[in-house]
Amino acid sequence: MSEPLPLTPEPLLQAVNLQCERDKRILFRELSFSILPGTVTRVEGPNGSGKTTLLRMLAGLNDAWTGELKWCGSPVASQREAFARNMLYIGHRPGIKPLLTPVENLRALMAGRRPVPDSIFRQALQGTGLAGFEDVPCRNLSAGQQRRVALSRLLIADEPLWLLDEVFTAIDADGVQALETLLQQRAAEGGAVLITTHHDLALPGMQRLTLGAKGLSDER
Amino acid sequence: MNAEAYPTAGLASSSVSALAAMKGVFARDMKVAFRQKQDLLNPLLFFIMVVTLFPLGVSPEVSFLSEAGAGILWVAALLSVLLSLDHLFRHDFDDGTLEQLVLQPQPLFLLILAKTLAHWMLTGLPLVLLTPILGVMVHLDGNSIAVLCLTLLIGTPILSLIGAIGAALTLGLRSAGVLLSLLIIPLYIPVLIFGTGTVAAATEGAPVGAYLALMGAFLMLALTLAPFAAAAALRISLSNG
Amino acid sequence: MWQIFHKLGSPKWFFGISTRFMPWLLVGGVLLLLAGAIWGLAFAPKDYLQGNSYRIIFIHVPAAFLAQSIYIMMASAAIVTLVWRMKLADMFVKAVAPVGLVLTFLALFTGAVWGKPTWGTWWIWDARLTSMLILLFLYGGVIALDRAITDDKSAARAVAVLVLVGVVNIPIIKYSVEWWNTLHQPATFKLTEKPSMPAEMWVPLLLSVLGLYLVFGWLACIRMQTEILSREQRTRWVKELVMKGKS
Repeated sequence: MSEPLPLTPEPLLQAVNLQCERDKRILFRELSFSILPGTVTRVEGPNGSGKTTLLRMLAGLNDAWTGELKWCGSPVASQREAFARNMLYIGHRPGIKPLLTPVENLRALMAGRRPVPDSIFRQALQGTGLAGFEDVPCRNLSAGQQRRVALSRLLIADEPLWLLDEVFTAIDADGVQALETLLQQRAAEGGAVLITTHHDLALPGMQRLTLGAKGLSDER
Repeated sequence: MNAEAYPTAGLASSSVSALAAMKGVFARDMKVAFRQKQDLLNPLLFFIMVVTLFPLGVSPEVSFLSEAGAGILWVAALLSVLLSLDHLFRHDFDDGTLEQLVLQPQPLFLLILAKTLAHWMLTGLPLVLLTPILGVMVHLDGNSIAVLCLTLLIGTPILSLIGAIGAALTLGLRSAGVLLSLLIIPLYIPVLIFGTGTVAAATEGAPVGAYLALMGAFLMLALTLAPFAAAAALRISLSNG
Repeated sequence: MWQIFHKLGSPKWFFGISTRFMPWLLVGGVLLLLAGAIWGLAFAPKDYLQGNSYRIIFIHVPAAFLAQSIYIMMASAAIVTLVWRMKLADMFVKAVAPVGLVLTFLALFTGAVWGKPTWGTWWIWDARLTSMLILLFLYGGVIALDRAITDDKSAARAVAVLVLVGVVNIPIIKYSVEWWNTLHQPATFKLTEKPSMPAEMWVPLLLSVLGLYLVFGWLACIRMQTEILSREQRTRWVKELVMKGKS
């Protein structure tokens, strides 16, 4: 299934001179980077360095920033919906309704994206080790299982860009390994992954994007 | 985790219409609500209890109740909608589904419109259906009850729509409930005035068609403007979270 | 053109320019207010119906007038905040909302005091007073929301949305309150709609309104300056300014 990478790949996502200020503190500034297709990038930095904020910014959830963000060469702001269609974000909060079953949750999450038959959802849930739990309300599942429900989306995703914030939380060793394999596979197929994690992640060919230790002082 | 049936990465474009996305949001909210039935009953019980307070606290005289009844029911309905608004986005915000809603490749104001519609079906509409019973209990005559129901039928969606703006603005704040009321009650005043005024006119035997049409115009205005404001407010609140 | 716009949005530039014209605003405003007050209280003729009690309009009318126009000004600034994200517009809204609240309260209070000799009661559910009361609520909501959000930028944008929603509602509120008033009480009290006010009355009134506008301008500037210093406290120019002030 893997496609050969083009020789001179165009960057999927380009950030130019990003600056973000929160509660009178500058989290980062003059941050520029390009995300090429076929890469896994780990966003690193100590607590409070703005990893989550950066991912939320890229996803379009946080708009308190300045700078330029380009998707396939043109500004994200001018093609919000196209960008949202090609981007998958999984955050701290898994986005799972405790009252709904895993299948219903996936159905709700995909409703605005593309039509997916339930059989695919079931297949994905089995793929994340949730066979037998497809129709159990999520509040009866453990925290790790709930996160697995959210991660099942990765198995049905056709979005080329993944933004994953602390997705390894509450996942057991087997699950972590499976997820690592999945990320690599995704990159090999020409997708791009940005990930933050406290987990010791070391994939071959993984890029690192390191954010500053403390908020920079403001010297305008 | 295996990666069977795994689609290749490509630059996909949206393949779901906005209407289908709205249906998805609506269906999900309805389903969640019916799994937690107590939450559906609470605003209704609150509505009945507030109405009960007036005969007990002011006067059970037929003359007083039949004159003030429409106002009492309107105020009680307004308060119980206000009470339920806090839930409109809060649970979704807490479990992260709101983020996923905002990230859908669809116009956010339409998704919010779908959510607001679900909210109205779950709170406003049951209040309207309960009104005839309570109307009899406060000695309103048949004609007044009918007009009262009509005004509530047009008015409660306006309350939900305006309320969505307040709920979005106060999302994630401490003591959001009280703040929400402070922001929203002044905006509810015109709806209340026209709702009760129309019933008063009907009681006096005046024609009410024009007033109802005016309320309909308010509803149209709220339908067209409020979802945009709520969407903007929601993005701001999420940006902060 | 764009540069001028950018400059207008710069807090540093505003701080410099406002420091220069603020004394004029204050002096001009106080002089006009004094002139209006002395003329209005001591020299303007008695009202043939109300006697001397009408003289409270020299406070009441300017306060009510300004209270309403401040909300409109805030709405204009809110548009600037949302569209161009100009810091000064954020600060303007934040700085003047409490001023608007106080003036609305003043208008209500003087209205009540005026009501005692004219209507024989402190409060009457008259259309104007009720509208002002709702305006007070709107101001209260704006200030409460601003206080509740810790991040300055988010607060400014949330408040901007609320102010705009409010400004769309103001005509609807006014209209509905007037309709409500005619529905519930026959229009017997029509105080301020007297056919013609002699020049000896409206000229001092005009002076007071203008004076209050100038004082409001001064107040807005000084409150914005305070806000600028607090928000930009880590920038070099503010540090230098503070050092200069100390030595």
